[in-house]
Amino acid sequence: MRHILVPLYAIVIFLILWELLVWVNEWPNYKMASPSDIWPAFWKFKVLFLYYGWDTLWRTVVGLFIAVLCGVFLGMIMGFSKVLREAIYPLLVGFNAIPKATVVPIIALMFVGQHDLNTVLIAFMISFFPIAVSVSIGLSTLEPEYRDILRSLGASKSLIFWKIALPKTLPEFFGALKVAVTLAFIGTNLMEIVSPHGRGLGALFDSGKTNSDYPLMFAVLIALAFLGIGLYYIVVVLEKIFAGWAERSSD
Amino acid sequence: MSLNKQKDAIIIKDVTHTYKTETGLLPVIKNLTMSVPENGFTAVVGPSGCGKSTLTKLISGLLQPDEGEVFLSGEKITTPRPTVGMAFQNPVLLEWRSIIKNVMLPLEIVPNQLTFEEKQQRAKELLFLVGLEGFEEKRPSELSGGMRQRASLCRALVHKPDVLILDEPFGALDAFTREDLWQVMHNLRKEEPFTGILITHDLRESIFLADEVVVLSGRPASKQFFVKVPKSKTPKLESLYTPKSIDLLKNLRKQIEIAQSQQERNK
Repeated sequence: MRHILVPLYAIVIFLILWELLVWVNEWPNYKMASPSDIWPAFWKFKVLFLYYGWDTLWRTVVGLFIAVLCGVFLGMIMGFSKVLREAIYPLLVGFNAIPKATVVPIIALMFVGQHDLNTVLIAFMISFFPIAVSVSIGLSTLEPEYRDILRSLGASKSLIFWKIALPKTLPEFFGALKVAVTLAFIGTNLMEIVSPHGRGLGALFDSGKTNSDYPLMFAVLIALAFLGIGLYYIVVVLEKIFAGWAERSSD
Repeated sequence: MSLNKQKDAIIIKDVTHTYKTETGLLPVIKNLTMSVPENGFTAVVGPSGCGKSTLTKLISGLLQPDEGEVFLSGEKITTPRPTVGMAFQNPVLLEWRSIIKNVMLPLEIVPNQLTFEEKQQRAKELLFLVGLEGFEEKRPSELSGGMRQRASLCRALVHKPDVLILDEPFGALDAFTREDLWQVMHNLRKEEPFTGILITHDLRESIFLADEVVVLSGRPASKQFFVKVPKSKTPKLESLYTPKSIDLLKNLRKQIEIAQSQQERNK
């Protein structure tokens, strides 16, 4: 019970302080909307929030899913072959160093009109890097003795991968996935805001800006936070199921 | 020749192995010939870095010798084979598996007709033999170092290998735990006869556990000295302190020193 109540109290106190801060400074809602402004804004557009929230969510999840597939694949290649790691790694670092905000207009032009595709693409591009790196490091730092235990029994490479390398890498993979979830949301929203979309929470945010509906913009931020929290905790649950062993018992 | 092969479970014939490093060739084993009789247990001692671990890789088939041949049960070794069991200084238990699942791992790799229940039963028997009854469902991190090493020995034996290769399995344990595990080894040998080769730095361990001790020369290693150790049916730790044992230990110690100084010279 305590681990539900304590965070709940913290949130309530945070909201009160926020409300108080705006009230004391007498800020107008275009400078800083207060929680009491946000709820009506949310309620007014509740149907749009539902539809657009779903758009943003599925685009993010699909992008993340592709990022996991590609990230794991690249990580495996780099983890198993030193030559390929030396070849791919600099390219990957260089690609990752490009701020994705600058790639957004390029991708938006490249696939103009294909809103779903270009949004998913950005979500994927921004989030696959930590996954690839963590998997490759997990695989390449596998102690040779672990491999020898199975290799001396005549186990094939793929069997060693399934029995040892993969499970041993899972904790690192989930650590990276938690980072990737947040990144993927950034990617989705960048595209939804920049590209003339008309759909997704990013588009709703943008329409709040064009219509000077500032509480709506803040309401979008809160909705995004909820989506982010939800997805993050889904990853946490998956981690508990598949890599729960890595958690030290708290005694 | 063929008769000899049947009698000796492990035969190492004139084996030479050289590592290719960035600074050139590093010969680690040179013209090594030795053998272990069936159900025999031979300890290999030698100076640090003389190529003992390379020897275990050659026997298990993880490495191929540049020259010479290795035979297990009369069969020439060219690749790893499932009839070998290995245990290292690091117990390398898999943290995501329970102790019993760790012990059962080789049975998931080695072809066999056992059902899951039979595999479990087999693992349980071994865990009982080494005194780990009741720890089957624990995680490796919940066990002490000595207990982990016991589980590692069970895993090495679970598929009834012809040959057990032990590469300093007790090296990282404290002295008392180590002596406990020596006793465990004697129990295991009695209940689960195997042909074994034990790499160790501990001369007392070598004469307490093994029937024969081979001293390797300094790198590149070859057989420098060989001695049979008389064994009683029920070895006790006190037997290490008899004058006979002490003489043997002194003698082995001297051989190690010779090997060490030779290795220094070769540097």
